[in-house]
Amino acid sequence: MIKPRVRLPSTASKGEVIEIKTLISHPMETGYRRDAQGHMIPHHIIHTFTCTYNGEQVFRADWHPAVAANPYLAFYTVATESGRLRFEWIDDTGTVYATEADITVV
Amino acid sequence: MEPCTSDDVVRLNRRAMLQRLGTTGVLVALWPARAWTMSEAVQQAMHQRIGTRTPQPHGMTLRLPPLAETGNSVPLTVAVDSAMTPDDHVLRIHVFVEGNPEPVAATYHLGRRAGKAVISTQMRLARSQTVLALAEMHDGSVRSVTADIVVTLGACVEES
Amino acid sequence: MPWHLVALSAVLVVTYAALCLLDAGASAQYSVEGRRSGYTYLSPENQRLQDDDFANPGLLWVEQGRELWRQTDGTSHASCATCHGEAEESMRGVRTRYPRVDSQRGKLINLEQQINRCREVHLQAPAYPYESAALLALTTFVSWQSRGLPMAVHSDGPAAPFFAAGKHFFHQRRGQLDLACAHCHDQHAGQRLRGEVISQGQTNGFPIYRHLWQTLGSTHRMFAWCNTAVRAEPYPYGDDVYVNLELFLAWRGRGLPVETPAIRR
Repeated sequence: MIKPRVRLPSTASKGEVIEIKTLISHPMETGYRRDAQGHMIPHHIIHTFTCTYNGEQVFRADWHPAVAANPYLAFYTVATESGRLRFEWIDDTGTVYATEADITVV
Repeated sequence: MEPCTSDDVVRLNRRAMLQRLGTTGVLVALWPARAWTMSEAVQQAMHQRIGTRTPQPHGMTLRLPPLAETGNSVPLTVAVDSAMTPDDHVLRIHVFVEGNPEPVAATYHLGRRAGKAVISTQMRLARSQTVLALAEMHDGSVRSVTADIVVTLGACVEES
Repeated sequence: MPWHLVALSAVLVVTYAALCLLDAGASAQYSVEGRRSGYTYLSPENQRLQDDDFANPGLLWVEQGRELWRQTDGTSHASCATCHGEAEESMRGVRTRYPRVDSQRGKLINLEQQINRCREVHLQAPAYPYESAALLALTTFVSWQSRGLPMAVHSDGPAAPFFAAGKHFFHQRRGQLDLACAHCHDQHAGQRLRGEVISQGQTNGFPIYRHLWQTLGSTHRMFAWCNTAVRAEPYPYGDDVYVNLELFLAWRGRGLPVETPAIRR
């Protein structure tokens, strides 16, 4: 399985607004396409993305098939304290893809 | 994508042509310059999310390229003009895509810890359309913004 | 002529020349002696996506390849890194030379086949199926080490007969539409086919992240797609016919920079 990618600063000052970029490999299959034999390719998408900061959810995205395959998402959060950010993507098979990143806040 | 054949060309007699032009003329006269009518699907989805509140078109930007050569991956950035303080912040941003099989693209949950109400992502668009974004503010008010895009090769239903 | 006007003219001429050189440096990268990379046919948004060192979806496969490079496999319990060390050093320039003739067997092989040959012979591991995620990831990772370097394959010497076969294929009509690659990609490159502009069909960006496929794909997947598009029976991935064509196309795009993983429509 291809690991999701995240990019954010490893250090920040307290109160600084930081940008977080995320990218994950997933077909985000709409359920409206047909394969070479003419059969409908089943709907298969990530429906929820969350970012938790030292256990507290600071961002969430609810996704529908209009989100492009191999979804890219960039958002912001306030660097409040040192610790760990956890990123989770949940798809409609119940699979949870996750990755974490640490941040030092001075 | 199949090429057009001569059978596809609609043959209109003069009377039918004048009738169509006449109707169009009336509609054009009644329509304000940049008005846009929301599709029923988007209206329903919108009401499910914001109830009877009326969105006000201000304080938000929606960046989309005016033309996408492929609808499979279109860059989109939505931003709300908000200091994101406890007294003034965005709760949620919704993106609607009326030209797609499903009217809602995504909902982003922000809140006070967001710092900046700016989201960048890649969308999948089935055809040329008007994309709508709504922002629910902490005080219950709702802002809106739209952007038009021409899509030359649609996604969602196109085969590989 | 008054001296200050002479000085001003000189400054203007020098500035103009400098700007021309700068501009030439920036655009000549993707266009060499009239040979145009697919990059030059992209919308600005897709050009930006290809250049984005985070958001380019092809980079997911580069990262996957990076992990596979270090993964031990087969009865040898060795990895690519065991023999080749750091890919950044050992694989630099490799992509620019493929396809090449494997002198031991007198056969033309492409990068995918070289990777599989290494697996079978040195790792004693089974070959990856063509177009599998693992093979795409490793091919992309290895190609990535040559990003920006100009394509420079040999078309002569032992490669000559394979090159001739590839060139012949490129100019041969096929399919119900009875078209050769050359008809679209040589004769009508730059013109429109329905809503799209026809590119020269250069291969310096492969494996590419193609929006239509919503995933990474190899040259052979592209050739099969093109053949199907003119209603010709495609060849199986890995077939000699396609490897020969790869060599001709690599030569046809000589000097263009490796752009793997390129973004294409």
